[in-house]
Amino acid sequence: MTATDTARDRALVKRLVAAFPSADVAPGAPLLERLAERAEREGLLDVAVRTIDSPFGALLLAASRAGLVRVAFAREGHAAVLAQLAAEISPRILQAPHRLDDAARQLDEYFARRRRRFELRLDLQLAHGFRRAVLMRLQRLAYGETASYARIARAAGKPAAVRAVGSACAHNPLPLVVPCHRVVRSDGTPGEYLGGRAAKQALLALEAAA
Amino acid sequence: MRQPFEEIVAEHGPAVMRVCRALLGAFDAQDAWSETFMAALKAYPRLRADSNVRGWLVTIAQRKAIDQLRTAARAPVASDVLPELAGASDAPTQSDRALRSALDTLPPMQRGAVIHRYLGDLPYADVALLLGCSEAAARRNAADGLANLRARIRKEHR
Repeated sequence: MTATDTARDRALVKRLVAAFPSADVAPGAPLLERLAERAEREGLLDVAVRTIDSPFGALLLAASRAGLVRVAFAREGHAAVLAQLAAEISPRILQAPHRLDDAARQLDEYFARRRRRFELRLDLQLAHGFRRAVLMRLQRLAYGETASYARIARAAGKPAAVRAVGSACAHNPLPLVVPCHRVVRSDGTPGEYLGGRAAKQALLALEAAA
Repeated sequence: MRQPFEEIVAEHGPAVMRVCRALLGAFDAQDAWSETFMAALKAYPRLRADSNVRGWLVTIAQRKAIDQLRTAARAPVASDVLPELAGASDAPTQSDRALRSALDTLPPMQRGAVIHRYLGDLPYADVALLLGCSEAAARRNAADGLANLRARIRKEHR
């Protein structure tokens, strides 16, 4: 085959590809939504995911059949979070907005100061042992209230485990909904946060102003 | 570790759709595509982690397309109707139509080789598996198919 033939072949292949369009399976196309709905009906959708806008950038929401299982800030890397969900829960993951309608709506209301507590089924399967115990404690921390890492450690029955409480917060699979942003340093400064220090400060301000 | 299925759809969905369209002509490619990805989703957790995902998907698509053609043969529809490509935003041009009809008139092995190699974007080893021939034969059929395709559309332009 000569060089001209190769160039001509490439041009023909390009035309051929254009003659069989695939725009109907581009991201967000109705056909993909129908696939996700059918997967849901047939019990094959282990994890539904959806991205929403927030004052803190895009948030990835994921729900297992048991409930909301993951909320992720953009800085965690949404691709990395999807890989984590595939490894730890199931690779049967699809964009499926409907399963996450309630979570998306309640988060919107929360950011708009129209909601003080979330009424969602939560799935804590990504947190284990003491970390999970910490998250259960955090769920009792009311809107606008803060607690020190030391106080949460005491409440979770391990007063010496202050650093472990910090680590449980740093690995909280459900930030915002399980309010690790309400846990602050003993000196009253906000401390680290999954969504960044600025986001933590803004959340505390949002709740204080309401 | 297995890739999230969402990424499988994004990465391979378009090529599988092209293959479905090319294999099915006037029949419902969207249906074959959906059946393919539902079957794939079902089997996905059992797929070996080092598997060739594109080849696996196109194998399923080929099977679904054959199923659909068999069903359609029992309930014939007007075969002179050109595919409408429902839902595809880029409307086919006259020359797209000519190219698609030309593809359908190729000898079966050449047609299959062109579809899998160039629309499915598969390596010749996979094309050979799909067509049940040697890799050398797959390569030859793809090249001959392309040459014949060019000859046929040139003839039509005259």
